[in-house]
Amino acid sequence: MAKLKNLEDYREEIEQCVKCGACRAHCPVFGAERREGRVARGKVALSKAVLDGEIGLEEKVIEDLSQCLLCGSCCAGCPNKVPTEEIVAAARRKIAEQRGLSSFGKGVAAILGRPKLMNTLAKTGGALSSLLFKKLPEHSGLRLRFPAPYLESGRTLPPLTARPFRERCPERIEGKEGMPTVAFFTGCGINYMYPEIGEAFLRALKFLGVTVIIPGDQACCGLPAVSAGAGEVVEQLAEQNLAALTREPVDYVLTACASCNAGIGKIYADLGGDYEQLAAKTRDIFVFLVEMGLPEKLAELPSRGVKTRVTYHDPCHLRTRGITKEPRAILKSLPQVEFVEMEDAATCCGLGGTYSVYHYENSKRIGAKKAGRIEESGAELVATDCPGCIMQLQDAVNHAGGKQRAVHILELLNEVLPEE
Amino acid sequence: MLEQRIIRNLQQTLGKEHVSTDKADLICYSYDATQQQFLPDVVIYPATAEDVALVMKLANAENIPVFPRGAGSGFTGGSLPTRGGIVLSTERMNRILEIDSENLVATVEPGVVTEQFQKAVEKLGLFYPPDPASLKFSTLGGNVAECAGGPRCVKYGVTKDFIIGLEVVTPTGDIITTGGPTMKGVVGYDLTKLICGSEGTLGIITRIVIKLLPLPEAKKTMLVMFDSIDGAARAVSTIIGHKIIPTTLEFMDGRTLDCVRQATDLEVPEGARAVLIIEVDGDREFLAKQVQKIQQLIQPLGVVETRSAETPEESEALWQIRRSVSASLRKVNPDKFNEDICVPRSKVPEMIRKVDAIAEKYQIPIVNFGHAGDGNIHVNVMIDKKVPGELERAHKAIEEVFKGALELGGTMSGEHGVGIAKAPYIPLEISEKAADYMKTIKKALDPNNILNPGKIFLD
Ligand SMILES: Cc1cc2nc3c(=O)[nH]c(=O)nc-3n(C[C@H](O)[C@H](O)[C@H](O)COP(=O)(O)OP(=O)(O)OC[C@H]3O[C@@H](n4cnc5c(N)ncnc54)[C@H](O)[C@@H]3O)c2cc1C
Ligand code: SF4
Ligand code: SF4
Repeated sequence: MAKLKNLEDYREEIEQCVKCGACRAHCPVFGAERREGRVARGKVALSKAVLDGEIGLEEKVIEDLSQCLLCGSCCAGCPNKVPTEEIVAAARRKIAEQRGLSSFGKGVAAILGRPKLMNTLAKTGGALSSLLFKKLPEHSGLRLRFPAPYLESGRTLPPLTARPFRERCPERIEGKEGMPTVAFFTGCGINYMYPEIGEAFLRALKFLGVTVIIPGDQACCGLPAVSAGAGEVVEQLAEQNLAALTREPVDYVLTACASCNAGIGKIYADLGGDYEQLAAKTRDIFVFLVEMGLPEKLAELPSRGVKTRVTYHDPCHLRTRGITKEPRAILKSLPQVEFVEMEDAATCCGLGGTYSVYHYENSKRIGAKKAGRIEESGAELVATDCPGCIMQLQDAVNHAGGKQRAVHILELLNEVLPEE
Repeated sequence: MLEQRIIRNLQQTLGKEHVSTDKADLICYSYDATQQQFLPDVVIYPATAEDVALVMKLANAENIPVFPRGAGSGFTGGSLPTRGGIVLSTERMNRILEIDSENLVATVEPGVVTEQFQKAVEKLGLFYPPDPASLKFSTLGGNVAECAGGPRCVKYGVTKDFIIGLEVVTPTGDIITTGGPTMKGVVGYDLTKLICGSEGTLGIITRIVIKLLPLPEAKKTMLVMFDSIDGAARAVSTIIGHKIIPTTLEFMDGRTLDCVRQATDLEVPEGARAVLIIEVDGDREFLAKQVQKIQQLIQPLGVVETRSAETPEESEALWQIRRSVSASLRKVNPDKFNEDICVPRSKVPEMIRKVDAIAEKYQIPIVNFGHAGDGNIHVNVMIDKKVPGELERAHKAIEEVFKGALELGGTMSGEHGVGIAKAPYIPLEISEKAADYMKTIKKALDPNNILNPGKIFLD
């Protein structure tokens, strides 16, 4: 099994931090709670102190390191590109190894491979029927995202679907000759919560005549496990996905979830070898659709009289990978959409893997800022490219008493694709 | 280690959650942008002047040093707790209290981040010009304490030119106000100006009264490449000689451009040995004329290429070269000392020749860029600390750079202050009598040497 990097392996990156403080301008957690331990510079300093043996893995260190969305905003604004999100994830793995997975909250240990506790969880999971919860594979990111304390927090949750997306569709949908063949990596969000996004995905590719393979044995990408410091789980999931996604030759592996895109496209790349090749083939759906000339095809559709005002939220896991133009290009080319840019479109929504589970108050504060921006933009819909963000954005808007709806761009695209 | 009794006292004053002795917090408040580290004994987060005053009284009674800290972005170690004791963070004092559009005055707490304040006043069509490169994260309290400057200072002046009143907690724990919300005021000594730039040694700023301007309607940016630094310098004096004061006159020397070429794929023609970024602001109609005039004036001075921007995006693209400098330098050399000497503007080329000679003598690369409009040169001495002997040579080179600036009628620091980094060099610039005058003030106000001791002057 390929191995993720250790905290020790990040020493060079840690030493690149020149303590300038620029990350104070970019870190959403610091914005919510102005303390140095909450900002990237502090977390990097603590990681270094741990490496140098100046401080042990004591409670306050764990708390500060748990206060990170792994959103990468700091790195994007850092003059030396210090990858704090990777350093923090590696530090969490170290903490989990030494102090147990429970370090980041009671729930995490419970959900990883302990059937008895899992059942309890399913029972306490008010919004989720126990039957459905049982259907979630042991390592699904959703188990990490929805442990008991989370479900008790009174947040807006989408219902789990009665029939997971991958159970509804064939494993292969033949396209037109001469068109590329792609694998669809659905991720847990689409599979269990938002199957309609998956349906829209398939319709878009059918419209273009692309052959789609949907391997039934694909698993969670592992990003929530990265966030929880569960290194071995990430490595296991990567192995399973590598097998599932390389069984048949494909030109691309497509995602419609920002987190999955970063999971396979970036985290796996760091595992080297075959994983790197898999990562290189991974594309965000909108990058692919733009490459296939979809905006030009949409431009040929008749314009609509009444348009809906739509703004776009940049999921961190796409923004930090440089994908910001393509989702907007598709949105702007939709005939029923009047696109408006909102201020701070690129700021994290506050979900952050397992962050919002254990730091719901801060997560809400970060979300509240976002809800304010959405309101100011005058949009009726906030569209994005990530089921996790959709869930968090809707929760934030609801708490702020707003009327806007959070949707996936694919759902809007689905509205205008010609009937078959 | 402070006695538990003292910690309990602080907790009673400020509330338990606003006092920390956790090792993790002590580490997080041990550094600033100098990258030096000193562990404090306790970090506190007061919210009001009254809190701060009580802390100062306690600190005097117990003889514990107090180190005020804003964002910790200082380049000279002003906020470092060099003697342990208390780090007093202003992070909780971060409210904008009032923006008075009628009188063009605002009142803020010291922990407000510079850019957030600028955005707030700009929404009302008002303008706070001081723009240190750290404005996205530095605090106004830190800006006042260091009298921060930036590119726009050529035209508008530095931080102190906009501060008209303060509320200050004295080193012995009294709360005083200086100046006020009027544009004029000559009653008593000008304590406002005394506190500006005093680096947290004479009092803790708890409130700041700021003068504002109307926001200029538009701005135009030009990037001009010259075949020599002399051409660029002559351009600066020619522009100002013709009674045009641009908002910004930033320069980069040939060695800086070499680094940018080496480290980025930004387009910098081979023939360019100096770059000026020129910005003008004001009424839209008037700007087009001004830009044209500037271009005519400087064309004969060895211009290799001129680029100009119409939109904010284009302007940002022009600034890209300047913004890439820090990272580029680092790619070429791992460690650097960033000094910020200031000389009379006509002396910039002479100073740069001196620096080149010093670089040659000590065999260390030194690159220069900065604010040509006010003669403020960022002299970056680039070394690799791991190479034996380089650090020593760098220190010698820096001392010669300071001496060179002083010979030309300049100063060791235009913006970053003294802190601990430049304290040893103070006698080069300030006469014994003048230093005594300053130390007498410090001693009278802070008899127990409690507030930010060991900064500016070694003792
Ligand atoms: C990347 C970068 C770019 C920079 N660019 C510039 C620039 O262009 N121009 C420039 O002038 N500087 C620049 N600086 C230096 C620095 O940002 C400024 O000195 C800034 O004013 C410091 O603000 P701070 O809030 O970080 O203060 P700190 O570093 O926390 O403190 C600075 C000093 O102020 C004192 N202090 C802070 N708050 C108070 C208070 N409330 N009352 C009394 N004393 C107080 C501290 O004790 C200390 O002596 C730059 C720094 C960085 C890292
Ligand atoms: S911006 Fe980067 S280099 Fe600067 S303090 Fe933050 S992590 Fe360190
Ligand atoms: S990854 Fe995001 S939350 Fe974590 S330190 Fe960086 S900016 Fe802050």
